[in-house]
Amino acid sequence: MTPAQAAKAAEFWDLRLYVAGQTPRSVTAISNLKRICEAHLAGRYQIEVIDLLRDPKLAQGDQILAIPTLVRRLPEPIKKIIGDLSNTDRVLVGLDLRPRGATA
Amino acid sequence: MARTVLTSNGRGRGKRRDRASDRRTGGSAGIKKCPTGISGLDQITGGGLPSGRTSLVCGSAGCGKTLFGLEFLARGAGDHGEPGVFVAFEESVDELAANAASLGLDVRGLMDRGLLVVDHVRVERSEIHETGEYDLEGLFVRLGHAIDTLGAKRVVLDTLEALFGGLGDHATLRSEIRRLFRWLKDKGVTAVVTGEGGQGQLTRQGLEEYVSDCVILLDNRVRDQISTRRLRIVKYRGSGHGSNEYPFLIDRTGISVLPVTAMSLGHEVSHERVPLGVAGLDEMLGGGPHRGSSVLVTGGAGTGKTSLAAHFAAAACRRGERCLYFAFEESPPQIVRNMRSIGIDLERWIRSGRLMVHADRPTAYGLEMHLAMIHRMIETSRPDAVVLDPLTSLVRAGAADDVGLMLMRLIDSLKARGITGVFTGLSDSSAADATEFGVGSLMDTWLVLREVEAEAERNRLVHVVKSRGTAHSNQVREFTLSGRGMTLCDVYIGRGGGMLTGSARIAQEAADRLHEESLLEEDRERRTGLERRLAEIRARIGALEADLSRRQAELSRLSLREESRARHAGKTRAALARSRRAAPSQGAKR
Repeated sequence: MTPAQAAKAAEFWDLRLYVAGQTPRSVTAISNLKRICEAHLAGRYQIEVIDLLRDPKLAQGDQILAIPTLVRRLPEPIKKIIGDLSNTDRVLVGLDLRPRGATA
Repeated sequence: MARTVLTSNGRGRGKRRDRASDRRTGGSAGIKKCPTGISGLDQITGGGLPSGRTSLVCGSAGCGKTLFGLEFLARGAGDHGEPGVFVAFEESVDELAANAASLGLDVRGLMDRGLLVVDHVRVERSEIHETGEYDLEGLFVRLGHAIDTLGAKRVVLDTLEALFGGLGDHATLRSEIRRLFRWLKDKGVTAVVTGEGGQGQLTRQGLEEYVSDCVILLDNRVRDQISTRRLRIVKYRGSGHGSNEYPFLIDRTGISVLPVTAMSLGHEVSHERVPLGVAGLDEMLGGGPHRGSSVLVTGGAGTGKTSLAAHFAAAACRRGERCLYFAFEESPPQIVRNMRSIGIDLERWIRSGRLMVHADRPTAYGLEMHLAMIHRMIETSRPDAVVLDPLTSLVRAGAADDVGLMLMRLIDSLKARGITGVFTGLSDSSAADATEFGVGSLMDTWLVLREVEAEAERNRLVHVVKSRGTAHSNQVREFTLSGRGMTLCDVYIGRGGGMLTGSARIAQEAADRLHEESLLEEDRERRTGLERRLAEIRARIGALEADLSRRQAELSRLSLREESRARHAGKTRAALARSRRAAPSQGAKR
C-alpha cells in the first residue's frame, strides 16, 4: 500500500443518518448502512441516527431536504446521499468509498 | 375640496371582460381572503389571496415573483401582524435581504422581531446522490418547525421548480409536491408558490396542475425600448376578479398594481365652477369649467397652451387651492421664467407650496410608470387641480392603444377625487378639431387655440369645441398674450363678413370710427338745416298772420264807415224834409 492509501485506510468516518420517525424506509436505511459500514469501514466509523421528528431544528444545519439522508461529515468534504441506501454501488460511489482491494 | 367617492358594484360573480370588472368585492358568502398589502392587488382580487389556500405566482425571469413573495410576507407581518415563513430555494438569506431592502422592506428587522423566518434550502445536483427510495419529509419537517415556532400564517416557496433541477426522481417529486400542498392547506396557512414561466404552459414544470385555487401571471414586456410590467389573474376559484392585465411597478415603496382607483362611472359631480383665470374665456364657458371636470387645450406649436395652463394654475393657487403641474417638455425653471414674461408669477406659488411642479422626460419610463407616478403624487400631495403639459408627449412613451386607456384611467381617478384637470395637447394645426386617440371625447371641455394669417401677420384665436354641461359661446375669439397675460379681444366682424384680427382689426376699428363720426357730422348738419327752415316758415306764418289781421281791421273799418254813412244819410234827409215842410211821406224818396 502506498502512503496515501495507507493514510486513507486509517481515516475515521463520521456518518449521520437523518430519518423522520420509525418508518419502514428508515429501518431499511439503517440496516443497509450498518451492513455497508461493516463491510467497508470496519472499526473506523461512527453512525449517528437523528430523528427529525424529535429534533426538527437539526434539519436546517445540514440542509436536509429528503428523508432518509446520509451525511458523511468526516472525512471531508461533506457528502450527502439520499434514499434508503438499497443501491449499494451508488452508495459507495456517493460516499467515495472504494471497495476494499481495488486499486486507486 | 377633493373628495373620493367610490361606488361598489356589489358582489362579483365569475369573470367579466370589461372595465367594470376591475372592481369587485369579495362577497360576504364567498371564500375568505387574505389581504396581501400590495397596493392595488387587493382591490383587483376583491380582498386578497384565498386564505388558507395556495396561490401560484408565475412569470419569466426577472418579472418580480420573489419580490412579490417578500412583500406579501413583509406586509402581512408588518401591517396585519401575521408572521410568515419564506422558503428560498435559489437565493441566500443575505441576497434576499438585500433585494428586499431595495423595495423598502426591512427583512432583517422582521426576522429580529420574530415575525419572519427565511429558510434557505440548498438543492445542489452535484451534492446529492440518489440511492433508493426517498421522500421529502425533511422539507416538511423544516417548514413545519418554522411555521410552528413562529405561529406563521403566511408561507412563500420560491421556487419549487429548483427541486426538479436538483433531484432526479421526478415522479416522487411530483407526488411529494402534491402532498405538500395538501399539507399546507391542513396547516391553514396562506401560501404563495412561485414558478418560472414555461413554453406552452404557465410554469416550466407544470406546477399549475397542483395549484387550483389562484394563479397570477407576471409579465415584463419590452416594447419600443421601454419595458412594462403587467400582472394578470389567470384564475381565481370561488371569487370574481378583475380579469384584465394590469400594469404594475416595482420601486422603493414596493409593488404597486394599477389601477389604483375604481374604474366605475359612479362619480359624484359638483356644480361649482372653477375659473381658468382668463376673463373672457371663463365667460365663454359660463363661468369656467365645473370642478372635477377635465379640460383639454389643443393647438399647434406656440399657440399659447402652456400659457393658458399657467393661468389656470395661478388662478387655483390664488383661490387658496393646491395645484400639481406635470411638465413633460420644459423644465420647471424654464416654465417659471417664460410665464413671467406674460405676467404670471408662478415662483411665488411654488415657494408658498401651493404649486408643485414635477418634470420628467416622457421617454424616461414606460407609460404605466408615468401613470403610477402621477397617481402616487396625487395621493401624497392631494391637489385640487392638476395640469399635464403636454399630454401628447406621453404618446412617445407608449403605443397608441395604451395611451387612450391610460388617459381614461387618469381622468377617472381625477374625477373620483373631484380634481379639476387641464391637459394640453399638441395638435396638427391643419386639423385643429381632431385629436389623436379620440382624447377629445374623453374630456368634458375642449378648447382649441390656433393662429390665423391675414395681411402678412398671424393672430391668435380661441374657440370652444365643446363643454359638457355648459351653455358655451360658439364664437371664435381673438386673444393676445402680453405682459398682462392672456386677454380676449372683442369680436370684430368686418364689413366683408369675415372676422378680422390683429392689425386688420385695429385698422378696421379706426375706419369704422371715422365713418361713425362722419355720419354724426352729417346728421348734425341736417338738423341745423331743418331747424333753420322751420324758423323761416314760422316767420312767414307770422307775417301772413299780421297781414290777415290788418286786412281784417280794414274790413271792419269799412263796414263801420258804411254804417255811419248810412246813418248820416238818413239824418240829412230828415233834416231836409223838415226844412222843406214837406211831408216826409210825400214824394220822399228814400
